[in-house]
Amino acid sequence: MKNQENINVILATDCGSTTTKSILIEKIDGEYRLSHRGEAPTTVEAPFEDVTRGVINAITELEELSGRKILDGEKFINTSSDTKNGIDLYISTSSAGGGLQMMVAGVVKNMTGESAQRAALGAGSIVMDIIASNDGRKYHEKVKRIRELRPDMVLLSGGVDGGTKSHVVELSEILAAANPRPRLGNNYKLPIIYAGNKEARKEVNKTLIDKTDLKMVDNIRPTLEVENLQPSRDKIHDLFMDHVMAQAPGYDKLKKWTHCPIMPTPGAVGEIIKRIANKEQISVVGVDIGGATTDVFSVFEDKFNRTVSANYGMSYSICNVLADAGVENVSRWLSHDLKESDLTNRIANKMIRPTTIPQTLDELIVEQAIAREALRLSFDQHKKFAVSLKGVQQERTISDTFDQTMSGETLVNMQDLDMVVGSGGVLSHAPRREQACKILIDSFLPEGITELSVDSIFMMPQLGVLASVNERAAIEVFNKDCLVRLGTCIAPNGEGEIGQEMLDYTIFVEGKKHTGTLKYGEMKVIKAKYIECKASFNLKGNFSIQNESIFESSVYGGEVGIVLDGRGRPFNFNMNTQNRKSLIDNWRNAINEYPNLEM
Amino acid sequence: MSKSYTPGLKVLGKTTIQKERLLPLKGKVHVDNDQRVDANHIVASTKIPGNIQMINIANELNIDADQIKESMLCNIDEPVSKGQVIARSKGLFGFFKSEVKSPLDGIIGNISDVTGQIIISEAPVPIEIDAYIPGKVNSIIDKEGVVINSSGMLIQGIIGIGGEKKGKIKILDETDSDLSSIDNDDILILKSTLSYNLYQKINDLNIQGIVCGGIDYQTLTKILKKPLGVAITGMEETTTIIVTEGFGEISMADRTYQLFKENISKMASINGATQIRAGVMRPEIFIGSTDKSIVEDSFNEDKLAISIGSKVRIIREPFFGLIGEVIELPKELVTIDTETTSRVAKIKLNDDRCEIIPRANLEVILLD
Repeated sequence: MKNQENINVILATDCGSTTTKSILIEKIDGEYRLSHRGEAPTTVEAPFEDVTRGVINAITELEELSGRKILDGEKFINTSSDTKNGIDLYISTSSAGGGLQMMVAGVVKNMTGESAQRAALGAGSIVMDIIASNDGRKYHEKVKRIRELRPDMVLLSGGVDGGTKSHVVELSEILAAANPRPRLGNNYKLPIIYAGNKEARKEVNKTLIDKTDLKMVDNIRPTLEVENLQPSRDKIHDLFMDHVMAQAPGYDKLKKWTHCPIMPTPGAVGEIIKRIANKEQISVVGVDIGGATTDVFSVFEDKFNRTVSANYGMSYSICNVLADAGVENVSRWLSHDLKESDLTNRIANKMIRPTTIPQTLDELIVEQAIAREALRLSFDQHKKFAVSLKGVQQERTISDTFDQTMSGETLVNMQDLDMVVGSGGVLSHAPRREQACKILIDSFLPEGITELSVDSIFMMPQLGVLASVNERAAIEVFNKDCLVRLGTCIAPNGEGEIGQEMLDYTIFVEGKKHTGTLKYGEMKVIKAKYIECKASFNLKGNFSIQNESIFESSVYGGEVGIVLDGRGRPFNFNMNTQNRKSLIDNWRNAINEYPNLEM
Repeated sequence: MSKSYTPGLKVLGKTTIQKERLLPLKGKVHVDNDQRVDANHIVASTKIPGNIQMINIANELNIDADQIKESMLCNIDEPVSKGQVIARSKGLFGFFKSEVKSPLDGIIGNISDVTGQIIISEAPVPIEIDAYIPGKVNSIIDKEGVVINSSGMLIQGIIGIGGEKKGKIKILDETDSDLSSIDNDDILILKSTLSYNLYQKINDLNIQGIVCGGIDYQTLTKILKKPLGVAITGMEETTTIIVTEGFGEISMADRTYQLFKENISKMASINGATQIRAGVMRPEIFIGSTDKSIVEDSFNEDKLAISIGSKVRIIREPFFGLIGEVIELPKELVTIDTETTSRVAKIKLNDDRCEIIPRANLEVILLD
């Protein structure tokens, strides 16, 4: 790899479960800018079964668009021989391979079991089951379950350092008795990470070392009051790269092509979300909705959390969204009549043919309806699991330990939320930014004053990994070409009757005064660019913004503008809502969501 | 120019295939290289560990965990019978001894002086793997299984449920309500959509499988007794069902149906297992052939690239299921009704209409 000053042309790819995206970044007039973008279907499927075929196709598209020759057969051309051709740096992220499927074990389900679950989820894993000494299952049932599930790896925790050893050793004996085989490949031992009582290491080692690929890390709960997740997360990440990603067809070849280690897509997006929060000193919720999974990230009070909703996505897992959300919740976003069987068949066909795109407006509306539900469900999961972690260590009081499940609820505070950032095909590639804006509002239901933005062309994963090798390039491209400011959502809290007056507003946009009244059930947009606009709100009745009845603030517009959302919080909207269809049409018209839709 | 590949499904009258037949755990291979096998031939076998029971000996005998080894009357790996005394306490001055009897026949798996527990494993369960398709053993994977080579007809479906089955191809005439001629070793071919009503009638006959053009998602939900969330199937304990085209009212492509008609009463191997994620697996129907004229099929990825003249199926509304031929591939991106820009193809449908379709919504029909 060249030294940083000499890096002028950067190629970055992201191998998603459905599509492989490529971007070309070039230094233009001393500044790094995105110059071109290409994409091609990911080729992990038979008959190709080689992720690099899709990578080459995505790069070939870049070559066509940019006129720059990048590949000579399967070899990268270096710019040192010809500055108009070749590249200086190639990096990649990947989520191909089907994700990481883990089982976690802890002595007490709501304590070490839950800590282990948080560690696994934070590392980007699907948690298939939690085995605990007190989970109510008999020994043979636990063994049977472990054998059936065939996880990619197991995280075993339990006991505080220096505490009783017998329960965690018993868990290791159950694991040894199950002698689980890994899901992929027959020729390697199942990786087990031991992150429990360090005094029990010798016994755990004796029990498991012959049958498994046992790794020891620091205790996940060294004392009752301290939660230490990072060593387990780091080890999960290492094993994920070495074991699970290595099973994705063609991955070994791709690994040799890149100039730095391939980063899992959720990890790379998380890096960028952390940088936004840090740079702007704000609380952020970020989401990356993919074909198979939806990752939600949040930073509140400098605490970063990540969850992976493993079975909520827009193609491979789309029927899971339908199953968990229910037909009624998907249908509530549609204003045209669609038979239930027609709706479910359309969604199921997307599952079995994941690379197809909506060709008609009706199809697009259905796809965006299900995206709302995928995001809502994923955010619900995030709120449940994003508990009060402090990076490496989490202090807990003794009283908290009796009420573990409540511990996370305080972190995601919607009234404190400053910004929502959306990424993923359905948001970044929505034909209109207004559609992405409305999807984000409907799914996340921000309260008070919240900025909204999207990843312009779904390039946050590539910039996340780029930041680890060339931070300057990543930040320049992020600011100029990646983050699209959509605007600000102003959503008062409180419930009322349709038509009831909620607030009077005064907003100054580039010297022009906009005044008016927002009524309950109504949405309005005031056009404004991404500039500071002074705003004041006089709330009526029981409505409030951040518990205030008079609220003054600076708000920013964007590609959509300043959105006044008068639908109330909590937001109650279902198939039985009176005049549901006309409400949907009104909201769409206010946002200019589907101007070409025939009513 | 970059190639636009599509997820093509194989509909091949004559081809050669290879099948890996692998054990879940290492075991014994029972065939030799180049040996001819039929579909039911057992090619490998192993034993998977039996169920286990954990007994807390320390609690039962009221002793400390670290005293367990002194009280055990049998060792690790030793077989024990149900009712056999396996542990006895020393008692007080030789009196008041307590005993623990084995609750099952099995083998002592572990004795733990940390937890005071022992593990007794039940007898291992034998597992056998058959050849699944008739053919020749191409290679042996030591202690793990074999690769079988075979020639014949291969049709891939888009989604299926249920595992491997073998049976005779029988065309089900949809207008015929009399199902009395159906045998339980039949694999029924239904050109149209499988309704839940018909499924119930057929299922009662205990047949091997059903191959149909389409299925309603809600019918599938009723069959599975739960919604299918992710297309990872094959473990369902139902009649194996393979859908060739997709969800909804849709008929099997004529070419596919014709191939089945040409193979009525022939023995077929089917598998509904589907995985539409990394390392995709599509359900399949294979009929072995003794025809020596079948040449080695070397897959050429260019067959999956859309080009002028490609025979394609449209796989998304509003023309879902229609078949046509590519007559134009505009290089420029085209704005479609959703206002998005897309690479498109001009398709001449079988009824002579021409439509502009995003290339992502086309599937090349692979023909031999």
